[in-house]
Order: sequence, then structure tokens, then C-alpha cells
Amino acid sequence: MDVFSSLGDGFLIAFTLQNLGLALVGCFLGTIIGALPGLGPSNGVAILIPLAFTLGLPATPALILLTSVYYGAMYGGRISSILLNIPGDEPAMMTTLDGFPMAKKGQAGEALAISGIASFVGSFFATWGLVFLAPQLVKVALLFGPGEYFALFALAFATLGGMASRNQAKAALAAGLGLGIAMIGVDGQTGVPRFAFGEVHLYDGIDFLVAIVGLFALSEVFLFIERRGTPEASDAAGKVKIGRITPPAAMLNRTWWAMARGTVVGFVAGVLPGAGASLGSFMAYALEKKVSDKDGTFGKGDPRGVAAPEAGNNASAGGALVPMLALGVPGSGTTAVLLAMLLALNITPGPLLFTKNPDVVWGLIAALFIGNVMLLLMNIPLVGLFVRVLLVPTKYLMPAVAMISFVGIYGISGSTFDLMVMILFGVVGWALRKLDVPLVPVILGVLLGNQMEVNLRREMTIANGEWLALFDSWLSIGLWTFAIVGFLLPIVIGRRARFRPARSTATEGIDPD
Amino acid sequence: MSDRILGGICVALAAFYIWGATQIQLSFISDPVGPRTFPIIIAVLVGLSGLAIMLRPDPEPEWPAMGRFLEIAAAVVVLVAYAQVLPELGFVISTAFAAGFLSWRLGAGPIQATIAGILIAVGIYVVFHLILGLSLARGPFGF
Repeated sequence: MDVFSSLGDGFLIAFTLQNLGLALVGCFLGTIIGALPGLGPSNGVAILIPLAFTLGLPATPALILLTSVYYGAMYGGRISSILLNIPGDEPAMMTTLDGFPMAKKGQAGEALAISGIASFVGSFFATWGLVFLAPQLVKVALLFGPGEYFALFALAFATLGGMASRNQAKAALAAGLGLGIAMIGVDGQTGVPRFAFGEVHLYDGIDFLVAIVGLFALSEVFLFIERRGTPEASDAAGKVKIGRITPPAAMLNRTWWAMARGTVVGFVAGVLPGAGASLGSFMAYALEKKVSDKDGTFGKGDPRGVAAPEAGNNASAGGALVPMLALGVPGSGTTAVLLAMLLALNITPGPLLFTKNPDVVWGLIAALFIGNVMLLLMNIPLVGLFVRVLLVPTKYLMPAVAMISFVGIYGISGSTFDLMVMILFGVVGWALRKLDVPLVPVILGVLLGNQMEVNLRREMTIANGEWLALFDSWLSIGLWTFAIVGFLLPIVIGRRARFRPARSTATEGIDPD
Repeated sequence: MSDRILGGICVALAAFYIWGATQIQLSFISDPVGPRTFPIIIAVLVGLSGLAIMLRPDPEPEWPAMGRFLEIAAAVVVLVAYAQVLPELGFVISTAFAAGFLSWRLGAGPIQATIAGILIAVGIYVVFHLILGLSLARGPFGF
């Protein structure tokens, strides 16, 4: 099969000293980023993009570094969930339910090992899913015209709002804000400046990296200042005993099915646009509880309750890469950030990526397999090392995070104006988080706004200004139907059926996946 | 109440945006849609969702007490000042001040915070400039 020969080529690309080194560094940094509460996959990757960019890395190595960070963060999130009952990032939230009770019973080491193995199983099979599913999706995507692409973007926004938020109006608002920001700057088709109000700096538009780092990383710093004085992770870290790190074989045998189910559910959730890893781990846990919880042990430290959500969130991390690479439409917050990096490197993801830059795609996929093995090795024997990182108190960590964000953005442009815009985004991001307006649609809007408009105008040019042309093929009618159903269904079902727990200060500050 | 204010601001923003869209110059060559239409569609989306938020607000979020508000404002002021003096004073000095301030406001004692600020600034300088070769702002002393 040609998939295997492409994958073989990919391994040749990935097996250079530089790429292996970058994967190792990425996995290590990623695990730390995931483990630290307050730093999660999307803001961790967001801070590192400008750095990868200014270091002058070519596309494939840069992508390998950052996706390793992404996968690593998915592994790392579980560490503080289990030991401290504080999710290191949002997808790891479900792991606290059974992971922390296990730690209290003195089984922290077993919980860490089982969740590490579950993470490996989830992401390993999801990467295989990516290998086979992405080329199929590319075949479908090649049938898309500009009208279908416009509908696809609308679908991405609609489902993102539908699934990832509690309030449809706020999700729509967030998407609108992002799209509106994307419009600033010179119009690519007619060359006239828009919304620049005579300010020369605005003619180029707002750099999406500035927006991302401000919204995700800087707003986190403000949240921490606001919440100073509440009990922090660092106070508890010393108290937990890890115990043995190899789980008994009997315990492992009981969890295989949980991992398998979690992987399938998580992968599907990841591929669906807008669902992301948080939904993946939630659904994996909910399903496992329904299937296996016969004695009422879930929530009291059942290893299956650790294995299922961890397999789920890592599988959806792989699944979310499918629409990002094949269609250019990210399925989650972090893949949106990865998309930003591809765009910054002048690579447009989508069906043409597979034919024009096969080395990028297959090199990346091969690197994911390699990174996975590295992560498994890092996360089982060396887990004690990462536990020690949790001891760094936020009062020293967050200033460093803020300063590194500044370094990255200043490194790209060297302009004070961009730094000011970034601070503005940080403040707006903080306010939007407090008001429960999701940030991921904002980012998606900033990223996709121009492409969305270009596709709309192209379709209109082809159709001579006939707006009904947007609905003239079965493919686009189908996409619009899904978009409308995806947006309206959560309203009909009602807010009670949503997957997120009620709002609390514990969830508002957590990084979206 | 917060949501009603948010909705109101968004409706105003949408109106401003539509006005801004009508100010876009039209060039003599144009496609059937032109540069104004899509921004107006977006503004309508923002305006409608603003209205919906105003009419059906969520429960009130937990806003911080006045003191914390001022602290966040102070942090913003310090960061803005940081961005301004960065090219003048150079990376290490300005970063040491900004990081020290943030660390102090996040709960470190004054002496701890000073040390943390200096260590963070020097640490980033060593890792990103000396090891990775990133160009940072150069001040009067070359760092």
C-alpha cells in the first residue's frame, strides 16, 4: 500500500539527529507544560511558536518540535490530576475523578503507570487512525470548491460553539470577534486598507501569533494574580507518596478494555470539528462508567476510571490532527494553534499539503510515532522527575511565562507596537474568560477569517454574484445542514445535557485544549 | 448585569464596525462581493449575539474585589511600561524589573521577588540569547 511507503519515507525524514533531538526536547517540555497547572497544550504551544519561528527552524523540524510538545502535554496533564487533584490542563480533568482517590489509597505509582500506558495506547492507535483516515479525507476534500470550503468553515465555527461552550450566543460572539479582527488590514483582493484608521502598523493586519499568545498565555497571568492566596498546587506536592511505579499485571489486565473503548471514543471525538480532547476524555469516562461500573467502584479509585479518560484524551489529540492536516480546519484549540504555526511558515494545510509537501506530513506522522515511544519511556520510569517540577511555585513560574511570551513576540517583529497589542489581547482574554466567552472560536476566527472571505468572494465571482450558489451542490447543502444542526442541537437538548461541570473558579482558569 | 453590559458593548461595537465598513474605499476594479460585504455580515453576527446575551444573560461571574482589580490594572501598567522601555534599557534590566514586580504581586516577598526577577531575566538571557542565539532588545550596555 502506498500509505506504508509514504510512512517509510516519513521515517527517513524523521530519523535525522536534529529531528530526533527536537522530538525529545519537545516531549520533555510538553510533559512539563502539561503537568504544570496553568500551562496547558494550547498556551504552551502558543508561547513556543514564536520561538521556533525566530530560531529559523524549517517547517518539518518546527512542526515536529511543536506536535511533540502537544502530545507531551496530553501525557503530562495527568500527573497533577493524580497527585494533587488539580488537572494540569483541561482534558485531564476527568482523570482526577479516579486518579486522586487511587493516590490517596497509596496507589499513586500504579495510577501514574496505568495512565501512562493508557496514554500510549490512545495516542499510538490514534496516530494509526491519522495515517489511514487523513488520506481518505483528502480525497473528499479534493471535490470541494470555494463554496464548499465556505460551508466547511461555517460548520467548524458552528460545532465549536455547539459543543465547546455553554452559551451559543457567546460562542457566536467569540467567532464574530475573531473574524472581525482578521478583517483588519489591507484587503488582499482589491488592495484597499480596512479598519486601519490611518495607522500604518495596522495595514499588515494583526499578527495571529500576537493574538494567540496574548489571549492564551498573558490572560493566564492575570487570572493568577486575581486568584493569589487560594490554595495552590505547590503546597500539596510534597505530601503525596508515589509508591511502586510498575502496576501489577492483574490490574493492567483489567484495564485493557477500558483503554480500547477510550481510544475509539476519543479518536472519534477528536476528528469531529470543534470537539477536542476535553470532550474525548469526558465521553470515554462516561462510557466506561456505564459499561464497567457494576460494583460502584468508579470515583473511588478504580484503575479503569484512570485508563479510559487518559486513552480518550490522547486518542483525540491524534484525531484532532486529521481535519487540521487534511482540511486545514482544526478540531480543537491546540490544533488551531498548530495551524497558526503552519500559516506562519507559509504552508497552507489542506488537501494540497499531501501532494505538495508530503515530506512535511509524513515526516510529522513518523515523528509522532517516535515521540510516542519516547513519551512512554519518559513517563513511566522518569515520572518522579516531573513530579519534582510541580514543586515550582506559580509565583516564580508565571512571571517567567509572561516574560518568555514577550521574548517570543519581540523576537518576531522587534516592534513595541506588537507588544502593546499583545497586552491588550491579554486583558481582553482575561475579561472574556471571566464572562465565560470561549477563546478558541476567537482564535479560529483570526486564523480562518481571511480564507473564509476569500472563498466566499471566489464563489461569488464564479457565480456572478448569485448568493444561492452557496447551496448549489449536495456537498455544500450537507455541510450547511450539519452546521445548523450542530449549532441548534445543544439549544434544543438544553444546557443540562452539556458535558462540562458547572462553572467554578477551578474550570475558568484552565487552559482549553 | 455583567452580561447585559457585555451585550451592550458588543452591539455598540457592531454598529461601529458597520460604520467602519462603509468607510472602506471601493477601488475601480472589484469582484461582485467587494471588500465591504463580509465585514458587514460579521458585524451583524456580533450584533445579534450581543442582543441575545443582553436579553438572556448568564448568572453573574465572580468578579474580584476592588483591590485585586487594581492589582491587575497595576500589572497591566507595568507590562505596558515594560514594552515601552525595553528598547531603551535593554532586555535584562527591564525584564528583571517586570518579572520581579509580577512575582511580588503573585505572592513572593520583596527580597524573594527581587532575586526571582534577576534570575528570570538572566536565565532567559542565557538560554535564549547566549545558547539559542535569539536576538533580544539591546540596551545601552549591550544586554
